[in-house]
Amino acid sequence: MTVFAPGFFASSPVHVALVIGGISAVVCGLVGTFTVLRGQSYAGHALGDLAVTGGSASFLANVSPLWGFAGIGVIAAGIMDMIGIRRPRGRDLATGIVRGAGLGLAALFLYWDTTSSSTTGVSITILFGSMFTTSTSVVPVVLAFGLPAVAIVAILFRPLLLSSVSPELAAVRGVRVRLTGLACLLAIALAVSLSAITVGAILSTALLIGPAAIALRVTNTPGRAMVTAALVGLGATWIGIVLAYDSFYWPPSHDGWPVSFFIVALIFFSFLVSQLFGRRPGRVIRAEG
Amino acid sequence: MTPAVTADETRQVLDVDGVSVRLAGRPILDEVRFAIEPGEFVGLIGANGAGKTTLLRVILGLQAATAGSVRIGGKPAAHARGLVGYVPQKIQLDPDMPVRARDLVALGLDGNKLGIPLPSRGKRKLVDEMLAAVDALRFADERVGNLSGGEQQRVMIAHALISKPRLLLLDEPLANLDIRSAQEIIELLSKRFAKQQQVSVLISAHEMNPLLPVLDRIVYLAAGRAATGTTEEVIREDVLSSLYGHHVDVLNMHGRILVVAHTDEGFQVLAGDDRAAEPGHPDHSRTGMQA
Repeated sequence: MTVFAPGFFASSPVHVALVIGGISAVVCGLVGTFTVLRGQSYAGHALGDLAVTGGSASFLANVSPLWGFAGIGVIAAGIMDMIGIRRPRGRDLATGIVRGAGLGLAALFLYWDTTSSSTTGVSITILFGSMFTTSTSVVPVVLAFGLPAVAIVAILFRPLLLSSVSPELAAVRGVRVRLTGLACLLAIALAVSLSAITVGAILSTALLIGPAAIALRVTNTPGRAMVTAALVGLGATWIGIVLAYDSFYWPPSHDGWPVSFFIVALIFFSFLVSQLFGRRPGRVIRAEG
Repeated sequence: MTPAVTADETRQVLDVDGVSVRLAGRPILDEVRFAIEPGEFVGLIGANGAGKTTLLRVILGLQAATAGSVRIGGKPAAHARGLVGYVPQKIQLDPDMPVRARDLVALGLDGNKLGIPLPSRGKRKLVDEMLAAVDALRFADERVGNLSGGEQQRVMIAHALISKPRLLLLDEPLANLDIRSAQEIIELLSKRFAKQQQVSVLISAHEMNPLLPVLDRIVYLAAGRAATGTTEEVIREDVLSSLYGHHVDVLNMHGRILVVAHTDEGFQVLAGDDRAAEPGHPDHSRTGMQA
């Protein structure tokens, strides 16, 4: 096995992949920390599933799947908020209903996609990512979606944290809890759309939730958790790209393994390691007194 | 001679004036009326479902009153946010959440502000002083989710008081605490904050006995109506019987006060016992005592 196989740094698709994957991983790490903190992992997962709907619709409309991923995410976030994602029991219900309806549409769009273009490549691109086939022109769009998502969690850092601890406490301090929650959901939708173009719609929660879960395990403050999650996601994505490039020389068929497999596998094994060897969140034993 | 009255009114930290609340047509609170002065330690006593949380939510401006008004420091409740500190009944922090005690206390200072908080020496000093005031400095750097119930209550009290409010509202802070932790919290609130620092405290509880020795006054809620006064003025058979609308007995059992109603099935403890319940739910309160 070669690390940095010949031509790695000269390859233009690799450059684009490193940039798009890198930006997506950092955005997902920063936003994902709040997704996990606020117990909205299921909402993040549903937004990922819905990205399939958006992605397949964008192929019908002949635009970059990123527009479809983000568009459907923002619409779904709005509907989920309307149905009542703020109530603990309403949350799973709202998410489940929107997710079910979206996946139904996805079945229809994917059917049209495959029958009209008579290829199966479309489904693979949407479901499992398209970093190596994305054109340079998408980079500004990635930034245009990533920056607002990061801005939302940076600006609302303290109100989001306080309303995660207790929505009532936040309301008493003058935080507009519902608006804050909706903004956070929008940031999650944007982050998921970036994740979907990197590792694919089906796997997009892995990049959103995985690094964040690892970071929450090994750090002690929300700020450090955000930075750690971004770095873990970035590491997994870049190493994944290197391995995917190398895998062109691997069996069985010598035409490469999918990059999303490597990224998700790296995140999963890092998570296992953090669970086994990371700092237990258990109590430090103190002398009474 | 009006001056005495106005002087009295400006002294009042909290003035609840004839507050009624109806939710979905059902009366929850009915003409509740009481006032709290600086440094007073007042118990909001009543069974679960008596309207305690609703009353606290009205005072906090989270729930609109159907009738009546609430004034805090002479201002309408909606304009008095900075004057009130609040300790909610439950918070959502499991041990996986990387929020340390000092982070939660700092959020009491600036949790509504926008942007990433920058570390500042002045803020850290304020947080340390507040943690010290509630004897929580020794677990300042631990995750709140890992702390015991009593330790969490200290952190929540520090969170509520760091912005220097004049009124502190606590919703059932003693529920789920062991007797020793409850006593420590009561002493902290009554001696250090009410008496020494003149913070007015309104503390809700369904079990009044641990509080009775230190309460300046009681607001006793039953079925949405309130009787207020000193313990001696309120915990009486005639006052409580008229509040409940039927005869109740006030029993002193070895210093423990029980409010008891006589029902077809025996005695029902209405207050003074952890199993106390509102009338109409006898299944929660069968005590086995027979007439």
